Amino acid sequence: MEANIAVPNENNKETWGGGNVKPFGASYGKMMMWFFILSDALTFSGFLAAYGLTRFKFIDSWPIADEVFTHVPFMHGEYPMIYVAIMTFILIFSSVTMVLAVDAGHQMKKNKVAWYMFATIVGGIIFVGSQAWEWNTFINGTYGAVKTTEGKVLQFVKDGKQIALADFVVGERTDNRVQHTPKNGLWFESEKTISNYSVAQVVAAYNANPDIQVRTELMDMDLKKKTILSREEGALQLAKTKMVVEGANLRANEYGNTIFADFFFFITGFHGFHVVSGIILNIIIFFNVILGTYEKRGHYEMVEKVGLYWHFVDLVWVFVFTFFYLV
Amino acid sequence: MAHAHESSAKRIWMVFGILSVLTLVEVYLGIIKPDALHLQGPGTSWLNWIFIILTLAKAYGIAWVFMHLEGEKKWFRRSIVWSAVFLIIYLVTLLLIEGDYLYETLSPLVNW
Repeated sequence: MEANIAVPNENNKETWGGGNVKPFGASYGKMMMWFFILSDALTFSGFLAAYGLTRFKFIDSWPIADEVFTHVPFMHGEYPMIYVAIMTFILIFSSVTMVLAVDAGHQMKKNKVAWYMFATIVGGIIFVGSQAWEWNTFINGTYGAVKTTEGKVLQFVKDGKQIALADFVVGERTDNRVQHTPKNGLWFESEKTISNYSVAQVVAAYNANPDIQVRTELMDMDLKKKTILSREEGALQLAKTKMVVEGANLRANEYGNTIFADFFFFITGFHGFHVVSGIILNIIIFFNVILGTYEKRGHYEMVEKVGLYWHFVDLVWVFVFTFFYLV
Repeated sequence: MAHAHESSAKRIWMVFGILSVLTLVEVYLGIIKPDALHLQGPGTSWLNWIFIILTLAKAYGIAWVFMHLEGEKKWFRRSIVWSAVFLIIYLVTLLLIEGDYLYETLSPLVNW
């Protein structure tokens, strides 16, 4: 077997075929896939290490992940971790079907390879779909919060449990502020989505409900819980309110530090982009399998190479899962 | 290629079982967060150490069995694993020390 099967070498003496020696006993393609994976692994490590630095920098005020990711599709109530755990299983399982496809390839069983590849693609699509749902939930938010002029995020609690703005702020926006759209503006310039409630309205609702308390980002490091302020201290903090935050974007989020959401979007987004590329590669290889390309070639090494990439995507998710959701 | 051509499906399913159990343990601990593990430990909490060790165990399973590193030539494997492990430990150590320094320096200036 030549080192690189894609370049026929016999008729072209100009091209160096590399002889019959294979460095490390691996084919050119497989070796390069591994070194690509190595470099990509270092890229992800860079992101996760930067996340680690930022988290250490704000160690006493970082959002608590299992208070942020608590939703499961079609279910009400709070189920911290459950949905990401399911996503992790889907990805590990699609890794298993991938490795079974490689295994079937070694035995030259074309149909089996095709079916396992198909299952892998389906698993990948379900994972990306789940990721999209997760992003949607994160962006829309659940509770809402306010942000002060000092950039601190204040959340509201009742009996120690977080409570949504909609549960205690009544009525429509009181300041008659409406979303600016091309329809209602003569000189239209785009405007970011405005919040459902005005700042004054939230403060008034806080003053009217004696059982609502303000929770700050600051963590009690002995208990690993966020600090809940007394009514008076809460009113003092609320006086500094600059804006109402519902959900998350790159500038503000209701969960806490802005850079928390930025890292969430960036790291899970970059991973999701890898999954999407992996699905596309898998689909290409899947059709090649069906067309009998590798049957004719005499081996299924291409399935193995794309499999390496797919397992790498799974490997990265294992780390993202730990450092974003668990630790 | 060092592969035997008989199926290794059994071994694959076994590794899948192990990975699943490790994930379940992680998720279970992540949900209940027992105080004894969560609130104390060297450097970070015991719970975090458990998560990190289980994660490395899962990474080993994926890389060695699924990605078939176990069947590659010894120095091919080392060229990948040693490079990655050395560079990542180096980077993470420096950045975490730096992050801790930033916390020590900046947090006294933050008004809560």
